[in-house]
Amino acid sequence: MPILNYIYLCLTLFSIGVIGVLVRRNAIIVFMCIELMLNAVNLLLVAFSKMYNGAAFANAPTSTIGIDAQIFVFFIMVVAAAEVSVGLAIIVMMYRNTHSVDINFLNRLKN
Amino acid sequence: MNTLEILFYALSAFAIVSAVMVLISKNPIHSVLWLILVFFAISGHYILLNAQFLAIVNIIVYAGAIMVLFLFVIMLMNVKKDKEPQKQNLIKFIGVIAGGSFLTLLIALVKQTSQLQGKTVLLKEGTIGLIHPLGKALFSDYVVPFEISSVLFLSAMVGAVIIGKK
Repeated sequence: MPILNYIYLCLTLFSIGVIGVLVRRNAIIVFMCIELMLNAVNLLLVAFSKMYNGAAFANAPTSTIGIDAQIFVFFIMVVAAAEVSVGLAIIVMMYRNTHSVDINFLNRLKN
Repeated sequence: MNTLEILFYALSAFAIVSAVMVLISKNPIHSVLWLILVFFAISGHYILLNAQFLAIVNIIVYAGAIMVLFLFVIMLMNVKKDKEPQKQNLIKFIGVIAGGSFLTLLIALVKQTSQLQGKTVLLKEGTIGLIHPLGKALFSDYVVPFEISSVLFLSAMVGAVIIGKK
């Protein structure tokens, strides 16, 4: 499978996430689109890892070249889990104060 | 077209359609359910790439823990689906145009990168996605970041409790 197919797929998913952040006003949906972007990046990292491993696979089938990318993906998942717990707590606090999850209410820094 | 290509294109189409449905669903709960389908499609891609450990972790952590947290929050807040005021159509149009031109720019950039032409990805073979090499690397080369991530989790837990309390 050419690496370009994976790159196009991940770019499409990432752009869908960007469009979601730009057009939606619900803070939870915006947050979910950020998760979508993180997942697109994860998939691309794993594809590149297998690309480098595949180049070395013909000579040494047990080589571990490219394993760093998969460890990075693991750490990205760890950080995303921590980020989601804090972010959702912030959204709940915002809902308690304004009784809405509309991000357009959060413009107090404007003036 | 062999089986792997059919699986790749089917999973890709599934992921993209589900991701678009996340955007255009009016009800936030439907968005969460579509996003879970995106994560399952991405886990299928990991299995196709023989990254079995990441496939399982993706299902457990993302589809299992994070999306359940989202569902809890949405159900706690009881958001009415028609209460959310929509952005004006002009703003939506501008957002879609901006995202589409971002995608076009990146694809044009990738298309003329000479290092990526002709490179292929190893499907369904290779051992680096299995749990044994990953565990060895995680506990030898990356043991310090692994331990630091536990401190990160502790601080995230304390932060979430303090923000959510009051």
